[in-house]
Amino acid sequence: MRRPNAKDLLVGLLFLAFGSAFLLLAQGYPLGSARRMGPAYFPQLLALLLMAIGLLAMLRALAVAPTAIGRVAAKPLLMVTFAVLLFGFTVERWGLAVASVGLVLLASAAGSELRLARAMALAVALAAFCAAVFGLALGLPFPILHFGG
Amino acid sequence: MGDILANLATGWATALTLVNLSYCFLGVLIGTLVGVLPGLGPVATIAMLLPATLTLPADSALIMLAGIYYGAQYGGSTTAILINLPGESSSVVTTLDGHAMARQGRAGAALATAAIGSFFAGTVATFVIAFLAPPLANLAINFQAPEYFSLMVLGLIGSIVLAQGSLLNALGMVVLGLLLGLVGTDVTSGTQRFTFGLSALSDGINFVIVAMGVFGIAEIVRNLEDDETRALLVQEIRGLMPNREERRRIVAPILRGTTVGSLLGILPGGGALLASFAAYAVEKRLSPRGQEFGKGAIEGVAAPEAANNAGAQTSFIPMLTLGIPSNPVMALMIGAMIIQGIRPGPNVMLEQAPLFWGVIVSMWIGNLFLLLLNLPMIGLWVRLLRVPYDLLFPSILLFAAVGVLSLSNSVADVYLLALFGVLGYAFAKLGCEPAPLLLGYILGPMMEEYLRRALTLSRGDPSIFLLRPISAAMLFAAALAVGLLVLPAVRSTRRQAFTE
Repeated sequence: MRRPNAKDLLVGLLFLAFGSAFLLLAQGYPLGSARRMGPAYFPQLLALLLMAIGLLAMLRALAVAPTAIGRVAAKPLLMVTFAVLLFGFTVERWGLAVASVGLVLLASAAGSELRLARAMALAVALAAFCAAVFGLALGLPFPILHFGG
Repeated sequence: MGDILANLATGWATALTLVNLSYCFLGVLIGTLVGVLPGLGPVATIAMLLPATLTLPADSALIMLAGIYYGAQYGGSTTAILINLPGESSSVVTTLDGHAMARQGRAGAALATAAIGSFFAGTVATFVIAFLAPPLANLAINFQAPEYFSLMVLGLIGSIVLAQGSLLNALGMVVLGLLLGLVGTDVTSGTQRFTFGLSALSDGINFVIVAMGVFGIAEIVRNLEDDETRALLVQEIRGLMPNREERRRIVAPILRGTTVGSLLGILPGGGALLASFAAYAVEKRLSPRGQEFGKGAIEGVAAPEAANNAGAQTSFIPMLTLGIPSNPVMALMIGAMIIQGIRPGPNVMLEQAPLFWGVIVSMWIGNLFLLLLNLPMIGLWVRLLRVPYDLLFPSILLFAAVGVLSLSNSVADVYLLALFGVLGYAFAKLGCEPAPLLLGYILGPMMEEYLRRALTLSRGDPSIFLLRPISAAMLFAAALAVGLLVLPAVRSTRRQAFTE
């Protein structure tokens, strides 16, 4: 047997996984009937449909020629994701300014070459801008700078 | 005819206030900016600015957001012509002949042609909307739940058929989008669905987070993927106006491009992108200079540039009259209306006449602004191209994060943004377009509501969708669209059309 197309196989698995998850979770809600649809009725219908699509995609994976997924940009993906997570983690604890600097520095490191002085300058400028616009002018209820618990 | 003039007069009264003129100008200015900046598109920009429009009146907010969309079509063509880099996906075909013209020292003429074509198309499209919107809204005003449900099915299927890539993947993305849209409190029963008991999810996931994650963040990672540094060889611009010979040559392509664009914009799944590709293909076949296409034929700039602007504008028709988004930008516009407390659908035109006509007239004014912004100030926009990406993308990321934070002052939303960024990147890598996901996401709760009402009406009998003529016709059209696409012959031409 030929090797299945990895891309289609993954797409199928992803849809199947999402479909099963929604189907499983929907079991906790009343189904109702067609005449009186309960909160689980429509989601269950869609979840089954998504699972069917997932299975079809996996079948297709066996029928078509293998294609490459291509290089996964692990470093940019991780750095950018962590930059956003770090922003969320720090904004309440240390304030908007610190969180902004952290996000910009970590994100800058996701690029091909990190020029530290340049990234620092950008981070400070953007942090000041965000503190002024979102913190002072728009009154976002998060501290601008906060230390010590 | 008198009605149309009266309607447009209502629109003028709204659009010509100083406040709305300013927001229109701001919108097209931002639109041109993101159009010029590669790596930042109108979807991510509108998603980022949505929280800020909460404080604006509804008409100003929609006028500005609309301006960003069609303004981006102008800006995108500038970079396509000057540096062979389409600022927007809808200007991809403009690179072919536009940049070839620039290399022959005719950059000015190409830019002017793009601007003139866009302006003409924008003017025509404004009238197309004014003519078509009232009859469509009047037809839809009698729609009941079964018709609405079938209309949404048709809209979603249409967006899949006209989307790029695999049909099955797009269908899966729609269904996943519908499911994600159901997360939160069920309006009818009050049941918390798919929230894992988290209070952050009880109101559902804000669609701005979904849009910003799958379009904004995923796009940044994809741009960082290929490390190539962008070479900026900006040609000197001499002689802005096309010469007499060129002026004669662009008339017919602009007319044809406007027609193709206006028609394709109305279709579900249509809009600027599809319009530009189709207009280029049509022009290549019809033009007596077809063999010169790709080598700097001015017709190859005029037609797609007119078409993408016409398509961008007429795609507002289904959104404004039926409440059906045909592309992700329209999905965001519907979201903006819901935030403002307006229920999208045919009622908008009747109950919010000044808003409705104000937005339409503002498009024409916006096109005028764009003509002024783009032609004399082209040098300024070119300079913007020199903003390096290593400064740009951390800024976009920060504004996305702060924007999401300001939606409901919840840190959990920021974490969700990161999650959707990863999901969006995974989908992109697997060849699943994110647009159908967003359309499904917006329509999910509405579809469930209409399905529930339709089935209550018929006492649980699903044949109601086929027994009502309008509903049956729409379902038939949807089935026909899928059926056609499964035919191998149509499939190969579709693939060809997208790769050409």
